[in-house]
Amino acid sequence: MEHGRVLLDHGSGGEASQRLIRELFLSRFSGPSQPALDDAALLDEIRGPLAFSTDGYIIDPVECPGGDIGSLAVHGTVNDVAMLGAVPLYLSCAFILEEGLPLPLLTRLAQSMADAAAAAGVRIVTGDTKVAPRGAADKIFITSAGIGRVIAEPAPSGSRAAPGDAVLLSGCVGDHGLAITARRGGLSGLEGIRSDSAPLNRMVEALVRDVGDLHVLRDPTRGGLAATLNEIARQSGIVCRVRETDIPVRDTVAAGCAVLGLDPLYLANEGKLVCVLPRHKADTALSVMRLFPEGRDAACIGEIAAPGADGKAGQVVLRTRLGGYRLLGMPEGEQLPRIC
Amino acid sequence: MPPARTRQPFHLGAHAVRTTNSAFSDPEICSALLRRIHAELNAPMRFMELCGTHTAVVYRDGLHSLLPETLTHISGPGCPVCVTHDREIAACLESAGKDGVITACFGDMMRIPGPGGMTLGKAGAAGAEVKVVYSPLDALRLAEAHPDRTVVFLGVGFETTAPATAATVLRAAAQGVDNFALFSMHKRIPPALEALLAEEAGGGIDAFLLPGHVSVVIGTAPYRFIAEKYGRPGVVGGFEPADILLALLCLIRMRRAGRAEVLNCYGRAVDAGGNARARALIDAVFEPADALWRGLGCIPRSGLVLRGEYERFDARARLVPDLPDVPENPACRCGDVLRGRIAPRNCPLFGKQCSPANPTGPCMVSTEGSCAAAFRYDA
Repeated sequence: MEHGRVLLDHGSGGEASQRLIRELFLSRFSGPSQPALDDAALLDEIRGPLAFSTDGYIIDPVECPGGDIGSLAVHGTVNDVAMLGAVPLYLSCAFILEEGLPLPLLTRLAQSMADAAAAAGVRIVTGDTKVAPRGAADKIFITSAGIGRVIAEPAPSGSRAAPGDAVLLSGCVGDHGLAITARRGGLSGLEGIRSDSAPLNRMVEALVRDVGDLHVLRDPTRGGLAATLNEIARQSGIVCRVRETDIPVRDTVAAGCAVLGLDPLYLANEGKLVCVLPRHKADTALSVMRLFPEGRDAACIGEIAAPGADGKAGQVVLRTRLGGYRLLGMPEGEQLPRIC
Repeated sequence: MPPARTRQPFHLGAHAVRTTNSAFSDPEICSALLRRIHAELNAPMRFMELCGTHTAVVYRDGLHSLLPETLTHISGPGCPVCVTHDREIAACLESAGKDGVITACFGDMMRIPGPGGMTLGKAGAAGAEVKVVYSPLDALRLAEAHPDRTVVFLGVGFETTAPATAATVLRAAAQGVDNFALFSMHKRIPPALEALLAEEAGGGIDAFLLPGHVSVVIGTAPYRFIAEKYGRPGVVGGFEPADILLALLCLIRMRRAGRAEVLNCYGRAVDAGGNARARALIDAVFEPADALWRGLGCIPRSGLVLRGEYERFDARARLVPDLPDVPENPACRCGDVLRGRIAPRNCPLFGKQCSPANPTGPCMVSTEGSCAAAFRYDA
């Protein structure tokens, strides 16, 4: 398994499939109590409301500084489950592999998933593998689903932001999106920029238990911080007011974005969260976030206001570094590097 | 050895500093400039900038909410995507659809709508091979990697981007990469300025914020006619907010004093003589020719076409010798927006049929386009 490539035989359901699953995946994923190779995983009883989420992962390149499609498939789904104020417990993962995918690469990705799951304290309990003929898929696609126990009461939701709430951000934005863009374009000078891919479930658990009353939790992935804030403003029918100078952006990311004509507020993140909660809880929440390495740069970036003269319901209004005001709009599509 | 100091002109959160926040975006310096502008502007003034980056900075930093209401900002024909003509886009699409062609272009080009709402992005989804590149040299590498295909680079932009395209053509010639082809839509700023000013009442423009990037290459002399022939002040400005505010203050002062000159307020990048090497590259490869501008029509000697000795790299001659005829959409007022005759919001299509999701005209495509910026940033 350490050499060679994925063959169509590996998706046949026969001996080759069994070997691949056993030697490459099960040896890394299954826990001591996990009965292997049944059609479904038998889970212990979980009390209380459940959070359930699924996500598909297609990433080019599959490996970039700070993460790979394997760790992302774990962190992304763990974080989606956690954003409901839940403790993620179990993951499933389905792989679409392209014929010819080097097995050493698949081994690295499987190990990365196993390590990410272990670090997040979740178990990958069921999965599937299919092989698509060369050209019918791009290297590897992963779909993962996650189940978690909701511990927040009521569960946070994008529709619960209320005037008077503070808007917190757990750290610097733009790292993941720029790392991917830099790797994809083979851009020199940006090699030091790493994806921020990280599990956020422990931070969320601490926020729920030690702070409470979390109105909204969201991870600003695709579309970046701007898209997430717009979603919250629209779902809650409020105005979100943020201050540009309080939004943490790493200097290298800001410089890289300036060169490429990208806006870090629109770049994807894979290890950050936005938390909206009553203003009087903001300082406590920030202290809790900063206890975690992934929350070291946490900051209060703005507040929620009622619609009025300064903004309509559903709008995000940015106070610029100069003290001017403008809309922070919803992104249209992918950001495209500009001409000059 | 003491640890290296990070320059941090003002607080930006616990552990993050934007390097782009230099003194040129220092809020205190900008406030001081804004106070002078408010105090010294004694009559309404309409200023035009001709650079997509200026457009973007004016909107992104919220300058409209900080400048006097009587100072009107017009975003002129300075965004390469915005000035690309319907017929040029139709020709790009036609070329992209030909067998054996790989089209290489900058990202902004992917969403410009052509006839029937077709875009290069949609053409790519329908089977054409269209690649986004970051530099014309990437297109040349693509051509080397695919010797059996014709790689067409869509050359857009002004004097700023033309030197890199020219250098790429020279390299293709030197290395004999004959499957590389250039679709040149490069344009020159001064003839467009002249076309605007030649209109009745100088197009209603009082002053010009001149483009910093273009000026790095051409210097300040090519703008002299603005002052000498048309009596308008012009200032070359940089791209940080303080650069723009300083340029505006200079324009206000000149206008107040009844002076019309062309000044350079971007001395840290722009030499009055420009960049002779970059211009030599342009001159070696290109020659001026009449060109179509979106909304402005045909402007004499405003385009750059390949010289005879590089004709074999001319994608237009090779693939689309005659630009397709495209009926203009009479409702789209991109031309009036680019001339400053109407504000983007006053176009009947703005925000209705025409939005960044479904742009009718190119001004709504690029983030630097006047309409897209107004749609995105103005409350």
